[in-house]
Amino acid sequence: MKKVKALVITGYGINCEEELAAAYKLAGAESKIVHLNDIFLEKESIHEYDILNFPGGFSFGDDLGSGKVLANKMKYKKMESGKTLLDEIKDFLTQGKFIFGICNGFQFLVKMGLLPNTNGNFEQEVTLTRNNSAKYEDRWIHLKKNPKCNTPFLKDIDIIPCPVRHGEGKLIIKNEEIKKEIQQKNLNTFSYCDANGKITSEYPLNPNGADLDCAALTDPTGQVLGMMPHPEAFLSLYNHPNWGQIKRQNPNISEDGEGLKIFKNIVGHINRKDREGAK
Amino acid sequence: MKNQIQLVLKDKIRDVQGEKVQKVAQSFLNINTGKVKTGKVFNVMYDLKEDQISRFANLGLRDDIIHEVYINSFYQDTFYRSFVLVAKQPGVTDDEGISAQKTLMDILDLDLDTNTQHIYTEDIYLFENELDNNLLKELSEELLGNKLIQHFEYGKFTGKLEYIPEVQIDSENKQLIIDLDVDDDALQKISKDMLLSLNLKEMKAIREYYLQDRTRAIRKQNDLPEEPTDCEMEVLAQTWSEHCKHKEFAASIKYTNKETGEEETIDSLFKTYIRRSTEIIRERLIEAGNNWLLKIFTDNAGVVKIDDKSVFVWKVETHNSPSAIDPYGGAITGILGNNRDPLGTGIGGGKLLFNTNVLCFGPPNYDKELLPGQLHPKRIFEGVRHGIEDGGNKSGIPTVNGSIIFDDRYSGKPLVYCGTGGVMPYQFAGVNSWLKPIDDGDLIIMAGGRVGKDGIHGATFSSAEIDEHSPQSAVQIGSPITQKLLGNYLQEAAELGLVKCSTDNGAGGLSSSVGELAEITGGAIVNLEKVPLKYSNLKPWEIFVSESQERMTLVVEEHNRKALFELAEDREVELSEIGKFTSTGFIDVRYDDKKVAYLDMKFLHEGVPKKYMEAEWEKPELNEPEIPSNLDYNEILIKLMGSDNICSREDVIRQYDHEVKGKTIIKPLMGAEGKSPQDAAVMRLNFNSFEGIAISNGICPKFGDIDAYQMSAGAFDEAVRQILSVGGKLPDINDNTNRFWTVNDNFCVPDSAYNPISNPDGKLKLAKLVQMNKALFDMSTFYNIPMTSGKDSMKNDFKSGEIKISVPPTILYSMVAKIDDVRKTITSNFKAEGDIIYVLGKTYNELGGSEFYRLFDELGKNVPNVRKDDAVRLYKKIMKANDLALIASCHDLSDGGLATAITECAFTDNFGADIELGKLSDIGVNAALFSESHSRFVVSVKPEEKIRFENILADDAFYIGKVTLDNKLKVNLNGKRIINISMNRLQSAWEKGLL
Repeated sequence: MKKVKALVITGYGINCEEELAAAYKLAGAESKIVHLNDIFLEKESIHEYDILNFPGGFSFGDDLGSGKVLANKMKYKKMESGKTLLDEIKDFLTQGKFIFGICNGFQFLVKMGLLPNTNGNFEQEVTLTRNNSAKYEDRWIHLKKNPKCNTPFLKDIDIIPCPVRHGEGKLIIKNEEIKKEIQQKNLNTFSYCDANGKITSEYPLNPNGADLDCAALTDPTGQVLGMMPHPEAFLSLYNHPNWGQIKRQNPNISEDGEGLKIFKNIVGHINRKDREGAK
Repeated sequence: MKNQIQLVLKDKIRDVQGEKVQKVAQSFLNINTGKVKTGKVFNVMYDLKEDQISRFANLGLRDDIIHEVYINSFYQDTFYRSFVLVAKQPGVTDDEGISAQKTLMDILDLDLDTNTQHIYTEDIYLFENELDNNLLKELSEELLGNKLIQHFEYGKFTGKLEYIPEVQIDSENKQLIIDLDVDDDALQKISKDMLLSLNLKEMKAIREYYLQDRTRAIRKQNDLPEEPTDCEMEVLAQTWSEHCKHKEFAASIKYTNKETGEEETIDSLFKTYIRRSTEIIRERLIEAGNNWLLKIFTDNAGVVKIDDKSVFVWKVETHNSPSAIDPYGGAITGILGNNRDPLGTGIGGGKLLFNTNVLCFGPPNYDKELLPGQLHPKRIFEGVRHGIEDGGNKSGIPTVNGSIIFDDRYSGKPLVYCGTGGVMPYQFAGVNSWLKPIDDGDLIIMAGGRVGKDGIHGATFSSAEIDEHSPQSAVQIGSPITQKLLGNYLQEAAELGLVKCSTDNGAGGLSSSVGELAEITGGAIVNLEKVPLKYSNLKPWEIFVSESQERMTLVVEEHNRKALFELAEDREVELSEIGKFTSTGFIDVRYDDKKVAYLDMKFLHEGVPKKYMEAEWEKPELNEPEIPSNLDYNEILIKLMGSDNICSREDVIRQYDHEVKGKTIIKPLMGAEGKSPQDAAVMRLNFNSFEGIAISNGICPKFGDIDAYQMSAGAFDEAVRQILSVGGKLPDINDNTNRFWTVNDNFCVPDSAYNPISNPDGKLKLAKLVQMNKALFDMSTFYNIPMTSGKDSMKNDFKSGEIKISVPPTILYSMVAKIDDVRKTITSNFKAEGDIIYVLGKTYNELGGSEFYRLFDELGKNVPNVRKDDAVRLYKKIMKANDLALIASCHDLSDGGLATAITECAFTDNFGADIELGKLSDIGVNAALFSESHSRFVVSVKPEEKIRFENILADDAFYIGKVTLDNKLKVNLNGKRIINISMNRLQSAWEKGLL
């Protein structure tokens, strides 16, 4: 069987490419880390891959606001072919392929207009900006999935713990209409919650004060997912801050981290889709 | 043509930054600003058309959801009655400006020069309240910026901003010749006036060199003046600096121990104790055929073997003086500079795995009047913390381990230790990665940031000499993004085999990096006119010794030049070929083909005269204090938990990314709520196996006031026991699995050179340094735990007029040890109700220097002693118990002793503990609860493992009680309850200590 191919972008201050690439390998896919400039120089094409991934980090040091400089590059920088990378990405999505952005990757997907993209016109409708705490923080939080959301990334997930590691993760929605659209279309895929799954705006359970307590967005097709927390930082049980006690309480627990599920989901989905396609 | 763009938040968007400024202005400076509105100003100096500037402002800079944009006008509202503008001084790093330049190029599809500054950013703060100029000045200098690197404007905002920090330097580019044919006083004056920091003996040695017939002949041949050029004096001063040549650690010391009457002469502390201890361990390893020490004390960092595929490289540095002047800049350049050490070791291009930082500050509630130039400890703390946050987080390197220590004596100069570890493949393109091969004819290539006046003469540069267009040079601000690009590029280039080897450009700049590499071939030619500059008109010597950051020097073979330059262009890293290595025996520095320095390599590196120093140890007269007998131990424990040196560091820890890379297994805080402090960090090395490392640090300067030897030995043991605590194993010479340990020793001491007037107790200070070194040697060779690299910082005194604040002699041991399987490591927090609790290791009445005595403002006399034999016996038993997975939780005992350690173990779930001191209290209740005797742990064990555990630990384990689930700490003394307190109260005191 042909292996699912994941492209992980790096360069310009992106930091989390290695663990993201590892996530796909652990989920049974092939993954390749490629410098963004090699794509601009058309040495690599995104169309060779099934999933395009934008990892976390501080692209361009987050100068001018998180993800902004990178988003500008994708939107405006012309390649030799005369196209922008955003044009290529639109083609990529038209083919039914998938995009995943985490943390800085999510920030940049919203600034490019790929998320939530309620009307499919790729205009910026939300932003991610400074946490209400005015601090960068690394802490583990819980996420509750919107049960009605429609994205193959999150199948069979209800509540998962994950670390957040950001200073600019507060989602602000442009206006009430877009907020309604997001809610009606169930594009807010993950909300910050307490350990029992109760959605909350209480700090630090909700670490940034996001609108709708929202930690992740998808687009109406479900092909694009962006999230502030880092599932790729929870590939192994031993990433969890309480693994010692968890293992004591449940000695036979799987050594996989719960974040890995998301990657297994999408890889599995593409595999099934390919099999169905082959039939 | 100047265009100005301003971004402010829309009124409906919460101004989080403004709120923070308002809050901190009130709490820290007691200034009521009223509401604060923040804005960002971009001064664009490119020649652009109106529509271009509008497109740039609206598409490139503005975030449509939150920003309003103003072009060539500014936001004004009568609601805000005063303002402060914070601009950078000329030449200060402006990353936002550079990023804006890059985005401008993308948006307008223009080819612009983005290597030099054309967009200058500024921050503007509007205040609701009408504040007078004194208050605005205070806000500017104490909160919003630092006058050494920033330019402020304040008052009532008129809607105009004029200031642009463009660098302008007079074009006079003359080379000076220094006449050394003068008397002693004049020689010393030359050293002083040129800020060379060379003493008379050194100046005379230089004069001597120039008078030699051979020197004269060679200079004549090469068309150089007989007397030294300014560049030559600068190169000599830099190469012979304490920082580069470690003259005091190389000195011959006459050591008198008045306590024992012994006298000895020590020929170099470094050679006698530090290097020798490692050599002894290496001899043992080689004899056993298990040598994992690949590189020690040469190069930028030490290297040890992980396995046949990879090696571990790491370095710990200090950045104290810069952090005293500009805490943010000092810390960020410290951490980024330290990153370049492992990055530039051997061939270079290792992958950086983690950062550590250990910080020593004055107490946050310091209430003495500040001396001129002295910053409040709290401000230093916040600035340093922020620098480490940006330096680590933006580079994608997790900050996994550290400590913060408070003591009055660090309120002049803080200590800022930065450590970085990385992994290199065993080989790059078939060559062992830790080697540094260079041949005659290899090219010298500079990579990374451009060169400006940064850091020339470091902190000695007087701010009084600066006018509004002279580039600021005393303080530097690191640029993590520049370095990130450089680091990634170097990794790629090394993997492709394009780089023969590399080194960091740090202190001393090119002079140091090229000068040291040139020792390998025996010479180099450098063409300074080829070095790319941040701004024009730098003098040749300035280019050569500039410490501009984010640069590395690469050694490249001719045939790789093309591919290397092509890759650099793709990765947006600037490269410049600036010369080549030779074997002439001379360092030959030119500007436009004119020789500006031509120095004999042998004289340059070996010509510095040896120092002679005197040390004299006299035992201090100390006594044990009288402590009241009717203590309320509940209250004592609450006080201790909230005390500066024990309380929670969570607020700091959470602002560091400690898990980027996804490999951190034991983080600084663990447990269900992430509240339990841990002893050492544990990381896995890759995603395919569970092999890993543990990282710890030992530092306890407080014991040095009683006994410097025991302080150093104790710090060493502390770092070792932390690693044992998480499940690490002592080295075993006969083990053939590369169970490596690698230590960085960092000495930070006050001026220890005796001077009857300026440093009358210099001999005693030096004696303490000698004893610290003796302890290092004894501990290291006993445990077989080697130093692989280190650093000394010798003049940690803050002087203001007649007043001197000197740090206590301080040593930090930073340790890394291999972990076979990270899944078998152990965290400090309790795991289950009913587990039984033991203290491991014997407790002595050793309250001297303890946190308990500090509550009573006492020092005491009974300093904790390290008993090496007992310690190793216990550690081996713990290793055995861990092999059988018998220990559920383990926490080492240090500050605050047993009582605080048990409390910390219970900071998760609703755990508590029910303790009976029993026989432990034979040494007294205070000692039982709070003694800080070394080599001890508190562990919890499943009840069903009791017998197996006790069989192994035998006399070294003392049963003291059980883990409960009642959220209470109860301590009994022979049945009588002496502590009974809710965990919530203890935890709350602990969490609020620093807030």
